[in-house]
Amino acid sequence: MSKMHLKLKVNGKSVETLCEPRELLIHVLRERLNLTGAHIGCETSHCGVCTVDLNGMSVKSCTVFAAQVQGAEITTIEGLGGPDGMSVLQQSFREHHGLQCGYCTPGMITRAHRLLQENPTPTEEEVRFGMAGNLCRCTGYQNIVKAILHAASEMNAAKEAAQ
Amino acid sequence: MIPNGFEYHRPRTIPDALAILTSHGDEARVIAGGHSLIPVMKQRLTEIHHLVDLQDIGDLKGISIGTTIRIGAMTTQHTLITHQGLADAAPLLAEAALQIADPQVRYMGTIGGNVANGDPGNDMPGLMMCLDASFVLAGPGGMRTVPAREFYQGAYVTERAEDEILVAIEMPRPTGGYAYEKQKRKIGDYATAAAAVQMHAASGRVVAASVAMTNLSDVPVWSAAAGAALVGTDCGPAAVKAAVAAMLADINPTADNRGPVEFKRHVAGVMLGRAIARAWARV
Repeated sequence: MSKMHLKLKVNGKSVETLCEPRELLIHVLRERLNLTGAHIGCETSHCGVCTVDLNGMSVKSCTVFAAQVQGAEITTIEGLGGPDGMSVLQQSFREHHGLQCGYCTPGMITRAHRLLQENPTPTEEEVRFGMAGNLCRCTGYQNIVKAILHAASEMNAAKEAAQ
Repeated sequence: MIPNGFEYHRPRTIPDALAILTSHGDEARVIAGGHSLIPVMKQRLTEIHHLVDLQDIGDLKGISIGTTIRIGAMTTQHTLITHQGLADAAPLLAEAALQIADPQVRYMGTIGGNVANGDPGNDMPGLMMCLDASFVLAGPGGMRTVPAREFYQGAYVTERAEDEILVAIEMPRPTGGYAYEKQKRKIGDYATAAAAVQMHAASGRVVAASVAMTNLSDVPVWSAAAGAALVGTDCGPAAVKAAVAAMLADINPTADNRGPVEFKRHVAGVMLGRAIARAWARV
């Protein structure tokens, strides 16, 4: 199969790579662009650990072909913050013990990021419904939900202070 | 899980897409959101040599609302849920869409893919039968419209020909009471049983009712008898019992990992009872 010239904007930077149309977005990100933050879990669009932000939508990048995302804007966990500058959500997950093994965390935080963009003041029920596409096998979700609710209030307080 | 290789096409118009389907025949398939197709391609349960991506075709998008509601086939479940005009005109669509899969899948999954691939587990086909929607198909010979109630022939077998593309879904703007009730094992699962109900009432009596069931046969089931059993009643216990009995005569569930036949028939009755009660409360 001939390769295609894939052009993307990933975490604000324009990137180009050669890949086959059948390659999955998660493989392009991890293996061609060396962005290993988004993980591979079930590979059957159930678990959500491969969640990335694609043109303003949370998507499971194991169920998207490279060819479908030509020209797209993508944000991965690396684009949300790193060890030297954690985002409010990342900080809140740490403070609330929103992770144990950490495998699901990049997907959780990337999904939570989009959820809070769309609904900055969610109820606990809305957080649980909005996070239903992400599985965690360690925490029992309680602290993940707490972390997201806390991050929402922090972000809203910061917004108010800025006004 | 890597699928077989394929040639990728991204046409910008319906005629261009049809031309690709015509020239490649059985070797070509269209892809909408891909959340049914990509998993089976990854498992290599199907081999597709030409993948025709519909995402750039503007004529497959958009929602218009008048006495008829027209929804472009490429409209995502997420859009159905967040579209303000639809929330006012046909809130049942969002109510059902919210029970499909999970948030990530709903950003990608489309109403067109959901109704057209013929999976008996999908929720929209039964709902479209309940609402008496029609499907607009484009083919080499032009456009034709097929009622949802005549579209489904068997599991994954529909009235759509291989060289046709679903363009839009049209339905009369629904009025009266409505409900979609779905029992599933967990978020993201297909229904163990689900029921769609729409009804009209006057002077405390049902004057018209439509009932459809999901995942209880190899096709979605529109039960004319169940709807008829409600007409003239006040949706009291006897009427619900009669409607459930009529519905049970129309479904044909099979045992699988969602349960034995007896359980599915039981759940079907519970879902229909709940859907009738909620639709009645909204009349």
